Amino acid sequence: MAERQFPAAVINPESQPYWDAAAKGKLLIKFCNGCKKHFFYPRSICPLCASSDTEWKEASGKGEIYTHSTMRRVPEPYALAYVTLAEGPKMLTNIVDCDFDKLAIGQKVHVVFKPAKEGPPIPAFAPD
Amino acid sequence: MSIKGKAYIMGAYEHPTRKAPDKSVPQIHAEAAMGALKDAGLTKDDVDAYFCAGDAPGLGPLSMVDYMGLKVKHVDSTDVGGSSYILHVAHAAEAIAAGKCSVALITLAGKPLTAPVPRAVIPLAPDATYESPYGIVVANSYGMCAMRHMHEYGTTSEQLAWIKVAASHHAQYNEHAFLRNVVTVEEVVNSPIISNPLHRLDCCVITDGGGALVVTSPEVAKSLKRPLVRVMGAGESPKGQAGGDTDLTYSGARWSGPIAFAEAGVKPSDIKYASIYDSFTITVLMQIEDLGFCEKGKGGKFVSDGNLISGVGKLPFNTDGGGLCNNHPANRGGITKVIEAVRQLRGEAHPKVQVKNCDIALAHGTGGSLGVRHGSATLIMERA
Repeated sequence: MAERQFPAAVINPESQPYWDAAAKGKLLIKFCNGCKKHFFYPRSICPLCASSDTEWKEASGKGEIYTHSTMRRVPEPYALAYVTLAEGPKMLTNIVDCDFDKLAIGQKVHVVFKPAKEGPPIPAFAPD
Repeated sequence: MSIKGKAYIMGAYEHPTRKAPDKSVPQIHAEAAMGALKDAGLTKDDVDAYFCAGDAPGLGPLSMVDYMGLKVKHVDSTDVGGSSYILHVAHAAEAIAAGKCSVALITLAGKPLTAPVPRAVIPLAPDATYESPYGIVVANSYGMCAMRHMHEYGTTSEQLAWIKVAASHHAQYNEHAFLRNVVTVEEVVNSPIISNPLHRLDCCVITDGGGALVVTSPEVAKSLKRPLVRVMGAGESPKGQAGGDTDLTYSGARWSGPIAFAEAGVKPSDIKYASIYDSFTITVLMQIEDLGFCEKGKGGKFVSDGNLISGVGKLPFNTDGGGLCNNHPANRGGITKVIEAVRQLRGEAHPKVQVKNCDIALAHGTGGSLGVRHGSATLIMERA
């Protein structure tokens, strides 16, 4: 079965560092120096405490599946999921390189970067 | 200041069409509007406020105000997806209570069946840069919620199927319903998977259509000949991903419900009829729990064995057949939720599904996408 082709990322000035890092195979998340917590998705002002003292951190790329759902009513099925990152926040993503029927909540996964139609590759997760 | 008793829903009209290749979207808005005004016993010239959401073609409320030739002094185009029109009733009541208007018209229309507009990425949405590559559509977003609910609470596909079964029992009596056949639990769980664990029959219908409501001041209401449906209380609450502390096991109804019940001064056990947004079976299950009709996590047991069927169960719901069977115009079901609640309170629902002594009803909507970010709106009404 063919794999779904990722569309090009939509990039804006606030997210440029995230996609520049993706191009180098790194997953960035944000850390807030105000409340000392990681958050996702990244943004300049912390959504938890409103501090503007936030910085990019490279994530370990490890996590586990919080939930998932495989879209079947398309020519190339794909698995939408939230992954709970080792750093704490949950990230909306796809699970790839897997048997969709065997995906399970709690399953350990790691980040992989998949080519997009154009532009930087897209972070997704594959079972360990 | 409360809106309790400050406004009445005096006009309610559901456009009978479910397939309208020969009509424009503004035309369906206008036909629905005229239907609701006629129902109330009012005319276009009585309208002094107009409410619409993102389905209204053009610039906010401006285009439809001009199309229908309205002369209004208050407008509101708050868009919280399919829950907008439930919220609009509350906002209309607020405006009426503040003396800003006395006859508010709310409309919805769309043609997703015969003229579908592809769901496009909104490139400037703050989440688009991080989420748009992943193919989030409605079914897989709600599928993720169902998957997690099953994991945490042991909810089963068979339990979810009972929600569709109950809706189909009601829809058989609605001559306008898109799907009128009664289905069984087996038929639901044996229908094809759309996005697991949701089957085809866990999903709402896609229909053309529209609806409209007229909300008035007490003075106007009492001058009319229709039964009085009084607004008792309302709550609204957006819910999102909480900066990554995301929890998909509950909806914003957990917050909007208590606000509405407190304002109305009633509790879940006082509700005789409930219109519960049913984009998917899981939507209903989570909202029923979050509104307090049963304990969190026990929704699967609660909805089983016909407990949502009028005349059979404890919580008659969506007696028009709901979005699962009757109608989901513009892919937004909020207005039909209020319309059926008004029918029930007036005693004008189909005799086979009319709830006896229906004096207090609730309508609740979920708009947007339950698995990413959504709006919740709760409205409680009474027969005056």
